[in-house]
Amino acid sequence: MADTKRSMSVSTRAADSPALTESSAGLLRELVAHLRQNRTQLREEWARRITRAELLTAMTEEEIFAEATAVYDNYVEALETGTFEALQAYSRRLSERIIPRGVETDEVVGIVLLLRDVLARSLFNKYQDNVEKLNRILDSYEPAANRIANTVAVGFVEERERIIRQQQEAIRELSTPVLQVRERLLILPIIGVIDPQRARQLTEQLLRAIRANRAKVVVIDVTGVAAMDSGVANHLVQTVEASRLLGATVIVTGLSPEIAQTLVTIGVDLSEMATVGDLQGGIEEAERLLADRAAPTLGSLASREIAPESQR
Amino acid sequence: MEVPILRQGQYLIASIQSALTDADLSHLREALIAQVGRSRCRGVIVDVTALDVMDSFAVRTLRDIAHMARLRGAETVIVGIQPDVAFAMVQLGLTLKGVATVLDLEEGLAFLDGRTKERGLDLTKPKRPSGRG
Repeated sequence: MADTKRSMSVSTRAADSPALTESSAGLLRELVAHLRQNRTQLREEWARRITRAELLTAMTEEEIFAEATAVYDNYVEALETGTFEALQAYSRRLSERIIPRGVETDEVVGIVLLLRDVLARSLFNKYQDNVEKLNRILDSYEPAANRIANTVAVGFVEERERIIRQQQEAIRELSTPVLQVRERLLILPIIGVIDPQRARQLTEQLLRAIRANRAKVVVIDVTGVAAMDSGVANHLVQTVEASRLLGATVIVTGLSPEIAQTLVTIGVDLSEMATVGDLQGGIEEAERLLADRAAPTLGSLASREIAPESQR
Repeated sequence: MEVPILRQGQYLIASIQSALTDADLSHLREALIAQVGRSRCRGVIVDVTALDVMDSFAVRTLRDIAHMARLRGAETVIVGIQPDVAFAMVQLGLTLKGVATVLDLEEGLAFLDGRTKERGLDLTKPKRPSGRG
């Protein structure tokens, strides 16, 4: 009996692939029927193993069971139809739900692989008397199961990356407010890490704000910057110089002791830069500069003097 | 292309209207320095608002104009550098050190007014070595 079957299967495999796909489709149908039949038992076994492996610790047992049911049904459906769109959509939704709860990538991959193991084990048990058939069943089961595991893992990682991108964008938008304190005085508080891209964006935004607000003095506050290397320091120097080209004086405030030590140790030349200890001091200095210039030289008085002349 | 040099009170205003060749820039420099003496003006304003590119030769010429005009007794101020141009300039290390730069023509006139008044009020005070540090 076994012999004839083996010879038959060999000949079928050798013969042509359509026959093979047909027979493997039949096997897959048989497989799906088996999984449907033993749904309750396999699902429970899987949930048990998830708990035992201490995966999904952020979720309660009921939640794990509920998700397990949904994943199981989607899994079987993907096996049956051979299409992964539904599963993809489900894994995306699942990721959306569980990522905020702190579920890690290894846990998600772990539970899918566990399900794969549980189902493979049940197939072993069912067909252990018929090794030939078991092999063929596994032949059609394994690629599909691997693809499912892949789909779920990729869906999870993609969702994570999407969230990270979204957050980066939010940070980027939030991170560079240029504030006008009073006429001709801007404040640029910098918070967080400065990378080259952000430094560039920061400078561009500041220069545009200087132009739009006709600022004479800018206070850049770096109290919220934890660390600074030579690259960032040079960006700062460039920002100061570019602002000067637009006619604005820059005062840098809030350099922490650590940053001051680093900058001097690595030998960044900040001698061209006006620095004041804290933001309050910086604003006081800026107002002094503005008053200095406004009184005898600049400001509305001077421009009013010129206006009639230029019309002549 | 010729750059028109306008006289406005005590000042000369050179308003660059389009991209200039190196020869045009040299010509502008010569014309300005010649006129500074001829018109006995106290200040020079070079308006670069229309420039969206500033190469090293242009920057050097502007710096030369400032230094030469100072030797002839006039303060120079560069006005209207665009934000993008300023950013590109510092990235190339072209920072116009020692040359006064302000936002626009109005600021430039106000700046020169302040400068000449300063000098007029107190002639014994030594002149500052550079525009505005």
